[in-house]
Amino acid sequence: MSMDRRKFLKIAGLAGVGLGLSGTNIIVRDTASASMESHTVSASATRLGLVIDVSKFKDEESYKNIIEACHSIHNVPTLIPEKNNPKNEVKWIWTDTYERTFPDQVNEYHPHSVKEQQFPLLCNHCDNPPCVRVCPTKATFKREDGIVAQDPHRCIGCRFCMAGCPYGSRSFNYVHPRPYIKNIDTSYPTRTIGVVEKCTLCVERLARGLEPACVEASNGAMVFGNLSDPESDVRKVLDKKFTLRRKPALGTMPSVFYVIGGDNHVG
Amino acid sequence: MYNGGKIIAGLVLFLGVLTYPFYSNMGRSIDQANPSLDTPVINQLEKKECVRPKEIMRTEHMKVLDDWRDAVVRDGKRDSMVLAGGVYEKSLQNGCMMCHSNKKKFCGECHGYAGVKPYCWDCHFAEGEKEEGLL
Repeated sequence: MSMDRRKFLKIAGLAGVGLGLSGTNIIVRDTASASMESHTVSASATRLGLVIDVSKFKDEESYKNIIEACHSIHNVPTLIPEKNNPKNEVKWIWTDTYERTFPDQVNEYHPHSVKEQQFPLLCNHCDNPPCVRVCPTKATFKREDGIVAQDPHRCIGCRFCMAGCPYGSRSFNYVHPRPYIKNIDTSYPTRTIGVVEKCTLCVERLARGLEPACVEASNGAMVFGNLSDPESDVRKVLDKKFTLRRKPALGTMPSVFYVIGGDNHVG
Repeated sequence: MYNGGKIIAGLVLFLGVLTYPFYSNMGRSIDQANPSLDTPVINQLEKKECVRPKEIMRTEHMKVLDDWRDAVVRDGKRDSMVLAGGVYEKSLQNGCMMCHSNKKKFCGECHGYAGVKPYCWDCHFAEGEKEEGLL
């Protein structure tokens, strides 16, 4: 007869959806007016972000390094090709083509080197995160330092956030992940079947004064820092280099910036 | 009474099933839960002190863990606790389980007795779990 927290939240979430549907016209009107106003960047003292210099990723190895660094310390399962079903894949950081990274940057004369380049992708830790807005249990929330965090204890697996995220940054555990983790790190938890997971910008490392694992493994190709501080490393790079963000027209205000054709050094 | 035999037989059967837990456990003694503190780390402690007094931990440990979870995950307050010279992280697997490395004999003892199955271990690890081949 006992009801655990997840079950309660699942039922409460569903009830919430039911209530929401009964007031659909109000919601539709609200979102319509909301999207008309452009999002102004939050004035908080800290907004953590990244700059990625794509030109510094020269070989397969350089991508593999950052992905391995992240996935190995966070117990991210390798479900492809073991279970050859793309929907099972769990990824915190991955790569994709130019076309799929910047679909609105259409230009048939872009250099081949750029078009054929792979781009490292991860959660954008948006300043205006749609995943946070749609989460019925507030499992996903924005921390004061700008990190879009997720509390797996509260996740009911509704996958609204996956539908809300325009960057595909979230993965759902369709199968129990533990058997598919290559080397388990017992200092970090795994996730369980039925919850969504994503990049945390290494909150547990930041708390110990370390940089995110991908940044550390990137050999200077990624720079991490506080976007609200004009003196920070990221801001210095942003001042000097022309950068792109993914799908800016959606108004999510990503905190991850891409330098496309950089020099030898980002900063 | 129409179908009296069937009704009475049905009632007897129903009552039998209903009271099954009582008579099946009648006269059977169940060992009292006795969580063990016999772990290498605890044995080495000069002063055996938990983050809260024993009586509170016995009844409120789930509340303590819940508070820590909210503090760490939601508010980012990861400050550790210093007690009798030891520093303890606000963490189940990197805090509690560092001393209580005997999950089965410590957690399992009362949880088994009380018939509760916490789902902490779906995601979190207990110290030594990997070595024991429980993964």
